[in-house]
Amino acid sequence: MALSRLTSRSNIITRPFSAAFSRLLSTDTTPITIETSLPFTAHLCDPPSRSVESSSQELLDFFRTMALMRRMEIAADSLYKAKLIRGFCHLYDGQEAVAIGMEAAITKKDAIITAYRDHCIFLGRGGSLHEIFSELMGRQAGCSKGKGGSMHFYKKESSFYGGHGIVGAQVPLGCGIAFAQKYNKEEAVTFALYGDGAANQGQLFEALNISALWDLPAILVCENNHYGMGTAEWRASKSPSYYKRGDYVPGLKVDGMDAFAVKQACKFAKQHALEKGPIILEMDTYRYHGHSMSDPGSTYRTRDEISGVRQERDPIERIKKLVLSHDLATEKELKDMEKEIRKEVDDAIAKAKDCPMPEPSELFTNVYVKGFGTESFGPDRKEVKASLP
Amino acid sequence: MAALLGRSCRKLSFPSLSHGARKVSTETGKSLNLYSAINQALHIALDTDPRSYVFGEDVGFGGVFRCTTGLAERFGKNRVFNTPLCEQGIVGFGIGLAAMGNRAIVEIQFADYIYPAFDQIVNEAAKFRYRSGNQFNCGGLTIRAPYGAVGHGGHYHSQSPEAFFCHVPGIKVVIPRSPREAKGLLLSCIRDPNPVVFFEPKWLYRQAVEEVPEHDYMIPLSEAEVIREGNDITLVGWGAQLTIMEQACLDAEKEGISCELIDLKTLLPWDKETVEASVKKTGRLLISHEAPVTGGFGAEISATILERCFLKLEAPVSRVCGLDTPFPLVFEPFYMPTRNKILDAIKSTVNY
Repeated sequence: MALSRLTSRSNIITRPFSAAFSRLLSTDTTPITIETSLPFTAHLCDPPSRSVESSSQELLDFFRTMALMRRMEIAADSLYKAKLIRGFCHLYDGQEAVAIGMEAAITKKDAIITAYRDHCIFLGRGGSLHEIFSELMGRQAGCSKGKGGSMHFYKKESSFYGGHGIVGAQVPLGCGIAFAQKYNKEEAVTFALYGDGAANQGQLFEALNISALWDLPAILVCENNHYGMGTAEWRASKSPSYYKRGDYVPGLKVDGMDAFAVKQACKFAKQHALEKGPIILEMDTYRYHGHSMSDPGSTYRTRDEISGVRQERDPIERIKKLVLSHDLATEKELKDMEKEIRKEVDDAIAKAKDCPMPEPSELFTNVYVKGFGTESFGPDRKEVKASLP
Repeated sequence: MAALLGRSCRKLSFPSLSHGARKVSTETGKSLNLYSAINQALHIALDTDPRSYVFGEDVGFGGVFRCTTGLAERFGKNRVFNTPLCEQGIVGFGIGLAAMGNRAIVEIQFADYIYPAFDQIVNEAAKFRYRSGNQFNCGGLTIRAPYGAVGHGGHYHSQSPEAFFCHVPGIKVVIPRSPREAKGLLLSCIRDPNPVVFFEPKWLYRQAVEEVPEHDYMIPLSEAEVIREGNDITLVGWGAQLTIMEQACLDAEKEGISCELIDLKTLLPWDKETVEASVKKTGRLLISHEAPVTGGFGAEISATILERCFLKLEAPVSRVCGLDTPFPLVFEPFYMPTRNKILDAIKSTVNY
């Protein structure tokens, strides 16, 4: 999916380079086996092997898409500071490996539902940069028609169920989707993502109990970036071993900064969920930005900690090293790829800026189902009256 | 009643209410904004009652709106502490604490997040005294939550859920309009022997600046205040909306319409008498709030005034409120009951 996007982009933008890139991309499906950085820690199940099947194509793909995600988030940061994006903006840079690894292990029939840090997951599910930036800036071309904003990205065709503002509320929804999948015999699973802060919500345990009781193909993924807004995990949770919180539900702890570990874990989890029922994955990950754009991110953690993680565990750097060590591309080629990505993002932003805001009548659409004539009144009930379309 | 609990229950006592609104409004003090006034109120509350506690998400460092700054440092982590992310748990915990005779001052980070706790508030807090035949009560519970539009809050940082709570006998709902009011009302809420939900207009946290007396004072609950006298039409509102309504009143005055503006302050139980007296004088009523118009608290005010003042009304009661849509993102300026909408409604009511 991302591959075809890549080749089409290279046609448009970098004709001189396209020849070089097609050397890299079209030929190499040679399998490569990659060892994950850390072993998996398991709870009530046998952990999967540390050797992950991959290919050179996938490796380059990972690098490209993660670099795109990173560039996109940084661009969103600048747009927010320029007040083109308003409201709330929760950035995912640092956590890209979770989105990319998960996508690599599943199909578009498997559902993903997440909280508000959803830009990169949307991209992974096949969303376009234009849709993303338009939605962030509240324009018509956005995926939610400009009515949702940063926290509410959805993509029905790719089974991406959003994009939720209320912490923890998406987990029972995810289990409900899994129920529907099982009921309809779809052979698909649902990944319900939540954070370490949300892990203390009661509704999560309610949903988990029901999923376990009815053997639903639900995979609960805790993206543990160690801070619930500004609260460190040890201050909020008695047991920061989120993968064990399921008690009777098996769990797996994964290095969330290693895209291959994530891929392996998700593959394992999908198989488990289809055969046996729910499983919890804890992704040990980190976000470089603060909780949202209004949070500097340095009042509750040291800058040394942030730069330390960036140096030691950055997901894109890890892939870059693998690409270089397997001789799949040279430093220069990767730099050029990054330049191309930068241009792609800038173009998408420019295009989105030109897009109009939603029509005022959109204020009233989709409150209820269309065509039932429900009326919404203006302030004085006498003059302004709009029939909800 | 206290003896039945079998503990040395502190009798809930508070300074005489005779020094009420009128005296406070003429006193001078320090120029403070809303979050500082609330902060002062909390400092006083914790100072005067050693069995009062403040807790909620992130209150330890001062809270996301700085309302709880300095409390943890001054009173210790045993009295001012953070909770994990679980509103239902926080309020339930507060009810339990209050049931043992303590004052639990709970913070819900945004009113939009209060719904997981809705069951606890409605089914547990509101009915505790009633169902135990007065053996137990959670009167020491005060729930504080920032509410209302802020310009860019979107669906989940701008809601006004006061109407849901006004439908629950057993709790009180209080909304201040300014820093001076907030401090006095919050202290009254904390010391009131009933569970109270206190909504703070987040728009005013920094925007509103007023002279706030530095001493301990309380503003009585269930007493509405006429903040502007007039003869042609009565306007009723609360919270941040009053600022907008005041601007509309000034606009209307230029057109020769004299408006009387009433701050309800306490929504449940609300001061029907003051509003009734005013409407009997003017013959017209306009209510304005940010929450959607259908089922908003304005409907209750309208119905009650209609019952009481039917023959005195010169025009139908007008409600200038938010639209019946989820609180929108980009469409916020269209959704809000703005001063022009209010002015139009004033004019059409007066010219009915």
